[in-house]
Amino acid sequence: MSPALIELQLVFRRVARRRPALVGLIVILLFVLVAALAPLLAPGDPILQNYAAIRKPPSAAHFLGTDELGRDLLSRIIWGARASLMAGIVSVSLALSLGVPLGLLAGYAGGKLEAVVMRLIDAALAIPFLILAIAMATFLGPSLNNAMLAIGLSATPVFARLTRGQVLSAKHEDYVEAARALGNPPWRIALRHILPNVLPPILVQSTLAIAGAIIAEAALSFLGLGQQPPQPSWGSMLNAARGFLSQAPWLAIAPGAAIFVVVLAFNMFGDGLRDALDPRDR
Amino acid sequence: MRRYILHRLALLVPTLVLVSMLVFGLQQLLPGDPALALAGEQRDPQVIEFIRHRYHLDQPLPVQYLLWICSVLQGDLGESIRIQRPVLDLVAEKLPVTIELTLFAMVIALGIGIPAGVLAAVKRGTGWDILANAVALWGLSTPNFWLGILLILLFSVELGWLPASGFVSPAESLGRNLATLIMPAFVLGNAIAAVVMRHTRSSMLQALRSDYVRTARAKGLSELRVILRHALPNALQPVITLGALEFGGLLSGAVLTEQVFTIPGFGKLIVDAVFNRDYAVVQGVVLVTATFYTLLNLAADVLYAVVNPRLRS
Repeated sequence: MSPALIELQLVFRRVARRRPALVGLIVILLFVLVAALAPLLAPGDPILQNYAAIRKPPSAAHFLGTDELGRDLLSRIIWGARASLMAGIVSVSLALSLGVPLGLLAGYAGGKLEAVVMRLIDAALAIPFLILAIAMATFLGPSLNNAMLAIGLSATPVFARLTRGQVLSAKHEDYVEAARALGNPPWRIALRHILPNVLPPILVQSTLAIAGAIIAEAALSFLGLGQQPPQPSWGSMLNAARGFLSQAPWLAIAPGAAIFVVVLAFNMFGDGLRDALDPRDR
Repeated sequence: MRRYILHRLALLVPTLVLVSMLVFGLQQLLPGDPALALAGEQRDPQVIEFIRHRYHLDQPLPVQYLLWICSVLQGDLGESIRIQRPVLDLVAEKLPVTIELTLFAMVIALGIGIPAGVLAAVKRGTGWDILANAVALWGLSTPNFWLGILLILLFSVELGWLPASGFVSPAESLGRNLATLIMPAFVLGNAIAAVVMRHTRSSMLQALRSDYVRTARAKGLSELRVILRHALPNALQPVITLGALEFGGLLSGAVLTEQVFTIPGFGKLIVDAVFNRDYAVVQGVVLVTATFYTLLNLAADVLYAVVNPRLRS
């Protein structure tokens, strides 16, 4: 087995020993499964309106009740998992694919290039994350794709800064000096020697960033800037529920609970992963 | 010390210039012709031509930016297309409401976060520690707009104790002002309390392991005195910086919280602008927020240097 695989197995074992992290991981897997199997799991059509069953409380026919257009709430929650999962994965992947190379470049190259990149990152970080995402999504126009783009771009500076910090401390380690002495070109040192060693904190940050991206997608959809009707999203379902708080409180409970459980799971798993990867803990 | 402050001030200028470029650049994200987008419902070619000229959209991009930044520096943030009022006036009108809300939220966050963090550190590994960590995890994972809706359901719809929405200015009635703000401030402060608690706990644990705490204990001081007089003041230093950083989170959170509770602040201003595609207002609000947040972080760093003797030289 390759050293990387052995290392991965060790990390997994350490994560699995922490009960909250393991629970988080199981919930995440269930969430992915629900999103993937939505057509099979959903009891009904998430966008089929039924004017004979408007705002019905939970019952045997509609396990979580129906919404203001008579749509089955459980089906909408199950299908809504897709928008959340997509937002979490796509926007964090985008932030990673932009932020990590940027941080690697700044940290490894140093000099003027580093100064320029760092000032840009400082400027982007000066705009609070959600406000930047809202502003970008407003200008891009309302859609789930644009929301994911806005969230991903807003999350990029955090990854760039984190990567640069890690690279700065790894740059002068003996193994890097050794690789350099052997005559490896700079790009090879950065990609083959530094990157794998700075990955653990980036991995932890990614897990926590997925939690943040899921909340951000819900927030943008809540403001009408994400998933567009009639397609279900947990955030837009919550927004619709606000209009019927006294008549149909169940409309507000389930979508929020779904966001809460998934975000909690990512946070629990991320915390566990951080502890498991902490070298002081070995 | 003075050199440090001067260095930080010198960095402020390029940061703010780049922030303004980013905010200006938002316009470039508009799909298609920006003049058409700015015109909104209007399709009259004369109106579109006027807008193109009024916002210098017929000029090259660098010229557009320079013209824009010059008017921003003179206090002209543009005009709201929908209500035809200067953006700066709108911002100045709404800002005090949001500042009151965020300060109230910060008081709640520190009031919950610091004692919980100290308790968790002092009683490390006990049920108290687990409870405090669980509450922090809950605070970090609850979307604040959902928590707001749940509180409205409980305290306004079910119990009828608090108003579900609206805002009363403190000049009008302080009691009703607090009644309208307590739920939103709690919603907003809750997530920050979790962050404050985690940081207080870890820096308190570090302080409790330090030599000066061992010396204080060896002198025979009571444990309470050791914790409150020796460990806590040192442990709180990083919390100052954190508090300023978290203001960004508060401002972000205020957008949704004000929307849920219909509070006429800064957040509501940006949301209304979003709904109406009132781009100048969105840009203005983002620019003011970023400037405010940058200055706050600078103040926090300077304050941190002032209270931390090791950074003084």
